[in-house]
Amino acid sequence: MGVGIQVEHLNAWYGKTQSLWDIGLHIPANHATALIGPSGCGKSTFVRCLNRMHETNPTARAEGTVRIGDVDIYKDASPVEIRRRIGMVFQRPNPFPTMSIYDNVASGLKLNGFRKRRVLDEVVERSLKQSALWDEVKDDLKKKSGASLSGGQQQRLCIARALAVDPEVLLMDEPASALDPVSTSKIEDLIFNLKSQYTIVIVTHNMQQAARVAENTGFFLMGKLVEFDKTHKIFTNPSDKRTEDYITGRFG
Amino acid sequence: MTRIKFQQSLDELKERLLVMAGLVEQAIQRATEAYSSRDEGLCEMVLLSEPAINRMEGEIDQLALDLLAMEQPMAVDLRFILSVIRINADLERVGDQAVNIANRVQDLGTLANAELPVDIPKLAGLAGAMVRKALQAFIEGDAEMAQSVLLLDDQVDDMNRDAFRALGNLIKQQPDLATQALNALIISRNLERVGDHATNIAEDVIFWVRGADVRHHNSVSEE
Repeated sequence: MGVGIQVEHLNAWYGKTQSLWDIGLHIPANHATALIGPSGCGKSTFVRCLNRMHETNPTARAEGTVRIGDVDIYKDASPVEIRRRIGMVFQRPNPFPTMSIYDNVASGLKLNGFRKRRVLDEVVERSLKQSALWDEVKDDLKKKSGASLSGGQQQRLCIARALAVDPEVLLMDEPASALDPVSTSKIEDLIFNLKSQYTIVIVTHNMQQAARVAENTGFFLMGKLVEFDKTHKIFTNPSDKRTEDYITGRFG
Repeated sequence: MTRIKFQQSLDELKERLLVMAGLVEQAIQRATEAYSSRDEGLCEMVLLSEPAINRMEGEIDQLALDLLAMEQPMAVDLRFILSVIRINADLERVGDQAVNIANRVQDLGTLANAELPVDIPKLAGLAGAMVRKALQAFIEGDAEMAQSVLLLDDQVDDMNRDAFRALGNLIKQQPDLATQALNALIISRNLERVGDHATNIAEDVIFWVRGADVRHHNSVSEE
C-alpha cells in the first residue's frame, strides 16, 4: 500500500543558488498528485528531494523535513533504503540496454540479493502485468533486450522495474513526454490502476494530463509552491492569479 | 500577451454573442410594442427574425465547440466558454418567447379590443431591463451587476402572479373576454420566462467571473 508524504519547510540548493524555497505540502496516500510549472520552476528538483536523489549532485543540498509515512527520510533512513521504498520513472525510458527484458525487471531485486528463481519469476510476471506489458513481451522475456522494445514499451518496462522492488511511492518525472498519444494513454491508464496500491507523484508539462490523472495538483513557480489544491479546482477556478496565468497560457 | 489566436477567437465569440443578443432584445421590444399598438407589421418582423437568431445560435455553439476541442481552455477561459454556451441557449429561448408573444398579438388582432387588467408594457419593460442588465454585466464582466439582476426576478414573478389572478377573475366575470384574457395571460407568462432567462444569464456571468455556481440557490460551488 502507498503511504502519505508530508513535506515541511523544504529548501534546496545547487551550489549557492537556492532552487526550492520553504516548500510545504501533504501528498495523500494512494492518490496521484501532479506537479506543474514552467521549466526551471523547481518541480523536478522537488521530486528528486523526495527520494534523496537531489543530493547525488555533488554541489546540491537540501534542508527541511520530508516524511514518507512515519519515516523522516533526511534523518531516519539511508538513501539506499529510501530509493527502494520510492521508485522513480524518468522522462526518457532508460532500460539497461544489454539486459534482457527479464533481467531489466529483476535487476533491483538481484541488487538486493534475491536469487531464488521462483521468486524472481513471480515478481517479474507480477510487475510486467502491473505495468500492462506482460501480454506484449511474455514470449520474449529472455530473448529480447530492453532496448529492442518501442519507446512506450520501454517506459512501461521501466515502470515494471520500479515496481519490482515493491515501493510505496512512485515518482514519475514527465513519464509520457517522449511518447506518442497511444503510449501516453497506456501510461495514464497505468497511473489510474496503480494508485490503489501506490502513492504517485507525477511531474508533467502537459496540463491536460495532470487534469486527467491526478486528484491533487501543485503549481511551482521560481522555486516556490504557489498553489496546491484539488485538481478540478486548480483547472477550473485557481485561487492564485499566477496559477491562472500559467494554466491559461498567458504566462510571460 | 500570449495565445494571440485563442484570445482573438474568444473576442470573436463574445462579439457574436452580443450581435445575437441585439437581435433578441430587438425581437422582444418589437413584440411588446406590437402588443401596445396591435401592429401586425411588427409581429411579422419578429417572426422573420427567428431563423436568423437560430442560425446564430448554431454558429456560436460551433465556435465554442471548436475552441473547446482545439484550444483546451482552462480556468477563467473554460468558465467563459461554458457561460457563452449557456447564455447562447438562453438568448435563443428569449427569441422564442418573442415569437410566442407575436403569435398571441396576432390572435388578439382578430378579436374585439378589450380593457385587460394587466400592464403588459410595464412587465415587458421590467423583463427587458433584466435582459439588458444581464448582458451589460456580461459585457463588463461585472458579477455585482449580474447579482442585482437576480433581485429583479421576484418583481417580474409577482407581476405575473397578479396578472394570473386578475385575468382569472375577468374570465369568470366576463366569459366573452376569455380569449383575449387567455392571450394576455400567455403573454404575461412569456415575459415571466424572459425574466427567468435573464436570471440564468446573470448567473452564468457570476459563474464566469467568480467561478461560483449560484444557480438553484447554491451560494458557492467551490469546495
